[in-house]
Amino acid sequence: MVATERTIADDVSLVSPGAAGVVAAPRMRVGSLDAWFGRVHAVKGVHMDVRDREVTAIIGPSGCGKSTFLRCLNRMHETVPTARVEGEVELDGRDIYARGVNAIAVRRHIGMVFQRPTPFPTMSIRDNVAAGLRVVDGPSPSRARTDEIVERALSRAALWDEVKDRLSASATSLSGGQQQRLCIARALATDPTVLLLDEPTASLDPLSTQAVEELVYELRRDMTIVIVTHNMQQAARVSDSTAFFLDGELVEIDDTNRIFTTPRDQRTEAYITGRFG
Amino acid sequence: MSTAIPPLSPPLRPTLRQRAFSERTQRTLRRRRVVNGIMLGVFVVAAVVAVLPLIFIFVHLIRLGVGSLSWDFFTKMPTPVGEAGGGLANAIVGTLILIGVASAVGLPVGVGSGLYLAERKGASLANGVRFLSDVLNGLPSIVMGIFAWQFLVRPVGHFSALAGGVALGAMMIPMVARTTEEMVGVVPVALREAALALGYPRWRTSLSIVLRTASAGIVTGALVAIARIAGETAPLLFTAFGNQFWSLSLRQPIAALPLQIFSYAISPYDAWHSLAWAGALVLIALIFIISLIARIATRARFSAGGGD
Repeated sequence: MVATERTIADDVSLVSPGAAGVVAAPRMRVGSLDAWFGRVHAVKGVHMDVRDREVTAIIGPSGCGKSTFLRCLNRMHETVPTARVEGEVELDGRDIYARGVNAIAVRRHIGMVFQRPTPFPTMSIRDNVAAGLRVVDGPSPSRARTDEIVERALSRAALWDEVKDRLSASATSLSGGQQQRLCIARALATDPTVLLLDEPTASLDPLSTQAVEELVYELRRDMTIVIVTHNMQQAARVSDSTAFFLDGELVEIDDTNRIFTTPRDQRTEAYITGRFG
Repeated sequence: MSTAIPPLSPPLRPTLRQRAFSERTQRTLRRRRVVNGIMLGVFVVAAVVAVLPLIFIFVHLIRLGVGSLSWDFFTKMPTPVGEAGGGLANAIVGTLILIGVASAVGLPVGVGSGLYLAERKGASLANGVRFLSDVLNGLPSIVMGIFAWQFLVRPVGHFSALAGGVALGAMMIPMVARTTEEMVGVVPVALREAALALGYPRWRTSLSIVLRTASAGIVTGALVAIARIAGETAPLLFTAFGNQFWSLSLRQPIAALPLQIFSYAISPYDAWHSLAWAGALVLIALIFIISLIARIATRARFSAGGGD
């Protein structure tokens, strides 16, 4: 039942480098990652490769540590008081937790979009998209260059046609789905290599959800995406590989097709067939 | 998912127990309605009594003060006793200057410390500062005047507008700090995280995202604080001191509406009395206008952020 909905992913697996037989180096590599909130051990010894230019979905019941894991990938976890991380997360072979690596610089390379749309309410649509450009290293881009980047980011986020005539309007005047795509555009403007999506459609209606999913499908052509989702159908629709988390541990990760048809672990099977979670 | 509607069961006759229960419910319901009505009445009276003084003061001031209001009142200097006419131009300008100095002192320090209190909630220094700023808020204003006199008047040897403005500014600090803390506190964590995830350093997140999002509320708080200090007299008595002449200098004593009202009111002359009434009316109108602007600013905030 789930597998029949996998049209988009089936289609794209033909062009994605991993499935075409070329084994590309993983974009990110996670080695024995542990994360805590105070004394709560939220992520336990996770090893995982995130393949380049693919969508990796992370599924699992509430409280399984999947969002915490995602937030470890761009060093957002440590912004919470009492939070702690141990282990390695490599981006293109470099450990982002190594001594001397600046967390802020890491976040500029790994974009993130959250569960609820978070446009900056005091800024216009244009300024929202350009917000990340103000903190890039070196001189800020010129006005004309900024306009170019804004247009490109909004086009990539499939929002340009809807907002091009009101770029100076308040970002809060957009609908929820548009706001979420605006947040994706904002993350894209600084040209990150990896995009992390933390349940990006959890607060959206079905049509906006579809728009965001199509967007994810388009974006995988030139970037690596990790998406946390509560919705197994969504994971099946948009992802190339799927990771199943339970109680802070990575139970298994495999091609999405295989996870949803012939999972190796019984717990995965129990979860995707709806026996718990 | 729709489930089948269960068939309607035939109506049941209430048992004796049920009927007794229902009667009791009816009785308590009646009693509750009566009590509700009485309490509502009490609170309406309390609410009206709360604003009654303001209404009385307003009516009284208008009755006694409006007769002396004229163009001259706003543009002319005070005249010596016995000379008709004259106005309070210097006092009005003086009050505006004092508000300016007070804002220059009170707003940056107040907003800065409020931001610190909000961003470092649990820190022991923050807890100490928060407690002390509450104490400062309750400090009698004349004590604030003594403080300014000690540090800004005595060393210099004469009264000055600067000392008065600093005294008023020091009064503003705790008010502005607490409003800023509250307004920054209600900025959603999600916005902060969105900025951090974009690669904003923490300090830039605080300044250009959090503070900016809270700015409408902070402006409101600042205006309320200004309205509060605009009418303060005690801290000015031995700082700004008052001045019968035209002065814009920060280093000289300066006239202020509250001071002028005070000295006219305790004088034995009827002409000065009516000027004092008029001055009080202008002062209260000034505060009224500032509060009104604060109200409008608050409303603008809610309509601007009303997307969610």
